[in-house]
Amino acid sequence: MADPAALEAGLGRALEACLAGFRGLRDLRRLSGGASAETWAFEAECDEGPLPLVLRGRLGGTEAGGASLPIEVEAALVALAQQSGVPAPRVHCVLDASHGIGVGYVMQRMPGETLARRILREERFAAARPRMAAQCGAILARLHRVPCEDLAGLPSLGAAEQIAHNRRVYDELAQPHPVFELAFRFLEECRPDAVEAALVHGDFRNGNLLVEESGVTGVLDWELAHRGDPMEDLGWLCVPPWRFGEIDRAVGGFGEREDLYRAYEAAGGRSVEPERVRFWEVFGALKWGVICVGMYGIWKSGLDDSVERAAIGRRASEAEVDLLRLLAP
Amino acid sequence: MYDRPTRRELLATIRAFLEGEVMPALEGRRAFHARVAANALGIVERELEHAESQERLALERLGELLDRRGSFEELELELCRRIREGEIGLDSPGLVEHLRATTLAKLAVDQPRYASYRRALEEWPGASGRGVSAEDPGEASE
Repeated sequence: MADPAALEAGLGRALEACLAGFRGLRDLRRLSGGASAETWAFEAECDEGPLPLVLRGRLGGTEAGGASLPIEVEAALVALAQQSGVPAPRVHCVLDASHGIGVGYVMQRMPGETLARRILREERFAAARPRMAAQCGAILARLHRVPCEDLAGLPSLGAAEQIAHNRRVYDELAQPHPVFELAFRFLEECRPDAVEAALVHGDFRNGNLLVEESGVTGVLDWELAHRGDPMEDLGWLCVPPWRFGEIDRAVGGFGEREDLYRAYEAAGGRSVEPERVRFWEVFGALKWGVICVGMYGIWKSGLDDSVERAAIGRRASEAEVDLLRLLAP
Repeated sequence: MYDRPTRRELLATIRAFLEGEVMPALEGRRAFHARVAANALGIVERELEHAESQERLALERLGELLDRRGSFEELELELCRRIREGEIGLDSPGLVEHLRATTLAKLAVDQPRYASYRRALEEWPGASGRGVSAEDPGEASE
C-alpha cells in the first residue's frame, strides 16, 4: 500500500498542474486494493467548490495484475469511452513517474450504488429495476461502438483465445472438475465463428454498475476490457452468480433478456443471436468456476492468507450447478 | 478416546461465538471476514455430517460409470480424462445423473442457500440421493 502522506503530497502536485482552480485536497481514504491497483477517494477543494474524485493506480509498488490492462491504457480507455458517450467517470488527470507516486489516474467520483444486493432489494431502487435491462442494452450498444482501433495496449481476445487461456489456468491448478470438463467440451464444439472485433468491457455486470433511483448511471471497473466479440458482454451480464439469488431474472437479477436484446438492437447494436449469447453465458459460468478454484490457489501459494480467499474455493460447486443447469437442463 | 466437547460441539460453539460476539463488535472488512469465517465453520460442520455417506455413494456411482475400481481421486481424474477426450459425454448413460448427484451433494455442504441449488433440488427429483438433507441451510452466504 502507498504511504498516505507521500501520496497526498504527490497527488497535490499533480492536481495543481491539471485541475483548474485547485486549492487543496482533503479526506484521502483508501477504498480498495486489488492485486493490480489501489483505489482511493478524496475531495479536491477548487475555486468552484469541492469536487469528489477517485485515484486509481499502481501506487507504492503494487504490480500489474495478470489479466488486467496496464493502468495507463485503462486511463486512456475510460477517457475515450466517456468522451464517446458511455456513462463512465470523467478522467481529470493521468499520473506518471514524474509525480513520484507511481502510475495512475484521477477521475470523477460518480454518485450511485454499486452493491448488487442493495440494488436488487432496496425499495428506493424499485422503480429502477424494471428499466435496467433496457438501459444496459442501450449502454452496451454505445460501448461496443467506441472507436478503440487506435488505442495501443488493448489486447484482442476472441473466444478461442479465452477458452485456451482458461483451459491453461484450470490445468495448472490441477484440481479435477468433471463438470468443468463438460463445459470445455461444449465451448470447443459450439464455438461460434469469429466476428468483427469491437470494444468489450469484459466485466459488465451487476456490481460494477452505478445505479440511482433512475436506473443505471455509470459503468465502472474497466481493467478487463479488450477487443473481441461484443456478445461476450451480454452473456457475462446474464451469468447466474451475478443474479445474486434472483435467478429468474436473467439479466443481473433485475431484468429480462428480451428487454436487453431489444434495447441493444434499437440503440444501434448488432443483431443479437441468442445462441451466441448462450455460448458466452456458459463461458462466463465456467470462467467464474475457474476463478473460484484459482482463488484457493492464490491462498495456497501464500500470496494472500485471508479466510475469504481460502473459502471462495468452496464456491466452485456453485458454478458446477449453474453449468449443469445450462448444459443438461 | 477424546473427551467432551466433541469436535462438532466445539465447532458449533466457535461459530456461535463468531456470530454472536465477534461479528457485532467489528466493522467493515473485519466484520465481513468474521462472517466468512463463521460460514466456513458451517461448511466443516455439514461436511462432518455428510461426507462419509456421500463419498461412498459417489465412489459407487463412479465405479459403475467407468467400469473400474480405484480411489475417488483416481476415478475422478479418469472421468475428467474421458470427458476431455470425448469418450464420454452428455449422451452417455449415467453421466448426467452422476454429476447432478455429486454436485448437489457438494452444495448441500458448501452453500445450501445458493438459489440455483434450491432450484435444482426441485428440477432434478431423485438426483440428491440418500443421506443429503435439503432442509439444513446452515448459515451459508450466497
